[in-house]
Amino acid sequence: MIPVPPAIQRIPWKLIAILAGITGFGLLVLYSAAGGNWSPWALNQGVRFLVFLSVALVIGRFPIRIFEDFAYIAYIGILILLIAVELLGFVGGGSQRWLNLGFMNLQPSELMKVAIVIALARFYAQLPPGNTRTFTALWPAMVMIGLPAALVMLQPDLGTALAICIGGVVVMFVAGLPFWWFGSTAVAGLAALPVLFSFLHDYQQKRVLIFLDPESDPLGAGYHISQSKIAIGSGGIGGKGFLNGSQSHLDYLPEGHTDFIFATMAEEWGLIGGLALLFGFFLLLRWSTRVALKARTRFGQLTAAGLTMTIFFYIAINLMMVMGLAPVVGIPLPLFSYGGSSMLTIMTCVGIMLAIENDSKTGTRRFH
Amino acid sequence: MPTKKKSPPITEAWRGITFTRRALVVGGAQAAVGVALAARMAYISVIDNDRYVLESESNRVNLTLVPPRRGWIVDRSGKALANNRVSLRIDIIPDRLHNKELVLGQLQTLLRLDGDTMERINRDLKAASGFQPVAIKEDMTEAEYSSILVRLPELPGIAPQRGFARNYPTGAAVGHLIGYVGAPNAEEYQKAKDPLYITPGYKIGKDGLEKYFQDMLKGQPGARRVEVTARGKVVRDLSTQPDVQGKTVHLTIDADLQEFVARRMGRESGAAVVIDCQNGDILSFVSMPSFDPNSFSDGISSSEYAWLRGDDHQPLINKATRGLYPPGSTLKPMAAIAAVEHGVDPSERHTCVGGYRLGSRFFRCLGTHGSLDMPSAIMKSCNSYFYWLAHRLGYDAMAPTARLLGLGEEYQLAGSNQRFGTIPDSAWKMKKYDQEWSASDSLNAVIGQGYVLANPLQLAVMAARIASGRRLYPRLINREFKNEPLPFSPEALAVARHGMDLVVNGAGTAVRSRLPLDGITMAGKTGTAQVRGLGTGNGKSGTWKFRDHGLFVGFAPVVNPRYATAVVIEHGMGGSRAAAPVAKDFMTFLFDREKAMEALETFEAGWGGTIKERMDRDYAAWKAGASKPDPELAQ
Repeated sequence: MIPVPPAIQRIPWKLIAILAGITGFGLLVLYSAAGGNWSPWALNQGVRFLVFLSVALVIGRFPIRIFEDFAYIAYIGILILLIAVELLGFVGGGSQRWLNLGFMNLQPSELMKVAIVIALARFYAQLPPGNTRTFTALWPAMVMIGLPAALVMLQPDLGTALAICIGGVVVMFVAGLPFWWFGSTAVAGLAALPVLFSFLHDYQQKRVLIFLDPESDPLGAGYHISQSKIAIGSGGIGGKGFLNGSQSHLDYLPEGHTDFIFATMAEEWGLIGGLALLFGFFLLLRWSTRVALKARTRFGQLTAAGLTMTIFFYIAINLMMVMGLAPVVGIPLPLFSYGGSSMLTIMTCVGIMLAIENDSKTGTRRFH
Repeated sequence: MPTKKKSPPITEAWRGITFTRRALVVGGAQAAVGVALAARMAYISVIDNDRYVLESESNRVNLTLVPPRRGWIVDRSGKALANNRVSLRIDIIPDRLHNKELVLGQLQTLLRLDGDTMERINRDLKAASGFQPVAIKEDMTEAEYSSILVRLPELPGIAPQRGFARNYPTGAAVGHLIGYVGAPNAEEYQKAKDPLYITPGYKIGKDGLEKYFQDMLKGQPGARRVEVTARGKVVRDLSTQPDVQGKTVHLTIDADLQEFVARRMGRESGAAVVIDCQNGDILSFVSMPSFDPNSFSDGISSSEYAWLRGDDHQPLINKATRGLYPPGSTLKPMAAIAAVEHGVDPSERHTCVGGYRLGSRFFRCLGTHGSLDMPSAIMKSCNSYFYWLAHRLGYDAMAPTARLLGLGEEYQLAGSNQRFGTIPDSAWKMKKYDQEWSASDSLNAVIGQGYVLANPLQLAVMAARIASGRRLYPRLINREFKNEPLPFSPEALAVARHGMDLVVNGAGTAVRSRLPLDGITMAGKTGTAQVRGLGTGNGKSGTWKFRDHGLFVGFAPVVNPRYATAVVIEHGMGGSRAAAPVAKDFMTFLFDREKAMEALETFEAGWGGTIKERMDRDYAAWKAGASKPDPELAQ
């Protein structure tokens, strides 16, 4: 047996295999969606994956303290960026979600998905255990979630606002806040749904209504959902075969390489491809959940649990949307959809969780 | 917010256990959602698979019906009276129209569509659904068509098509004969339930022979299956089934004669029918003025339709079968046959003193003809002589003869809508008016006035039957009729024919209409039908609408007749003046085309061009001054 150097042993090969598997499958779908071409999507996406994977591996080497120390600063900085975007949008006379940094368009709301989890994890890690069931444990978290969520809603970006809320709430939940707080909030939320609904923009309301009854407008706003379901449904068990998807190749499926890439895939690879992809995501989430359970510090635990939820939320909402179980919100499928922003977010999450995993391997666990 | 219940003290250890528990709850919930998603996907792709495969195919494959080419309508020698020409058109597929305003705006600019058209398109788009195309424009020029073709990528939902449109080479000359085609209306679609009916470019027969022979002419539609993108771009043809052209309808019409007759009618309003004396073939069937069936088939504009409706010469009415006229003196040969059949000696003479006294009333003759036998009475068109016959025999003796000659009869004739008029007798009058037939009724009837009404087709049939001595049945297509001999004595027919010969070639009323040919002569009988009641106004001048109708029936050659005809010129002020010259020219045409064409061209130069040139000019003038009063009426 050839001895493996420790430096190579320390590289998380299994995780890289999972990530590469999901992304690689995505590249095949992008190749097909471009009509059998590596450009314009597949090649870009592949290069981007390699870059971001390296970034994640580097982040994974950082000591976990750094994230804890910079949690609030990062949160506040990104909050300021969100306000800046809002002001720029106001000045520019329209809705704007990104800042042009020259080399890329930065979406602060994407970064906020990660920052809110870290900041709340830091908050609950510092909170004395005795205060867990007190109001002190609640209001700062509410403010920390509420501010960015409100700003993102103003953009308006319902999907990201929801992602921020879910990430934050899950951290609060695993931090041990009383169960009935969540229960009663959920009930109150359901009751207030019609009121909230009235706060949505017209087009958002329309999307929700069409989600509830897509056949009501199969050619207008319900078009996305109808065509996506047709693509998935017509794929059957084995799919129509690689490069043979008529829905995507003949442009019936809108956004077939970004938000609706799952439908593009399902049309050609069928149920088998869909289950394989779900299995890949299952492995990824199982790894991150294990990281959370094995984390050595409370900050690590809470962060890993929150980031797991953030990744899961992407996957779940996207898949529900393409299968007609959720309204059309612009949320891409992590690692699979073409696009830099979401991949950056996911790989940042993965990097931080790698750091937590490394941390748990080095020292003794403080608690079980 | 402390809870009322006494809770255990919160320690770090408790927190750790809570975290693990709750993380597992969250993980479990995530797993549950994952399973639910897998189940949902399985449901869509396995259980609902059939439905979605179908929907995906209906997305991908576009089946378009190709309207069949309509069968031709040809004359006796195979010359087209109605055929098809290539027509360039564009339609909108509503399902593929994503940016309606932009696309319609572009089309409006490119094709210079007017407001009415845009309104129609918008209305049709609202009513249409899915892939049911909506017509934008038909009969485009090559330039317009290619201007759309090059911009096709920017105009999603636009479908250009190279189709066929109905074409009538002789235009207005065949309007009333052939009818016209048009796009099916909603009612017709409801009745037929045929998707072809709502395919742009598909036309059905709406009138005349086009309607009558619809089943024969329509053909079988073709189909084209193509793979299309969401924007309507055709990726490739999957399969094409060619259309089957409709069957050709062969008519007995002589296209050249038909056109000549129509042109020779000039600016007059009237009808002319020519029948082959050998078999009853209708060689020409003209009612003028007419409409251009090409205009109708392309979808006539409302102003053109208003122009046609407003014309006091009634171009929309087929006068050959729908026009009823008092036949006037054209019935005198018939009366002569009836008289001979009832034992009157044709050489018996009666003296015309300028009229005939019946009781206290004096029935006028147009002249004072002196002593006449039967043929010369026909030649001179002497009323007195026939009053005398009618008084002697009674009209009940003559009416059966009239009916045997085809008057008062509705024929089984393809595609025609006939008003068949009246041949009165005592039973008819009793039934209709509950009055006894009087001697003066007989006198009026014998000169083709009073209750007697006939249409030009019937008059032509009468002429053909007198000429042939057989009961010829008029026909437009090759149907077999017995055409048995008429139950008249050869003498009776000979007297009538001889009289008619004298009318043209003796010292009769139509001597100026003798045929300008060597060895071929025409026999005939003029008639003048009073529009106003007898004796009121002279009918020879004044307002057009109140002038007398001119009629002429005839046949040629006198020996072994080949062609029979009837001509009616509305308000032509007399048969010899208006109708006989027309007959003379087209009868000449049948024997010597060049000579006849020369005469026609001279006439047309005077009238201001061919039918089409005149119609175009009249229409333009009408549009220019639609509100101005009719100059004819203003006289």
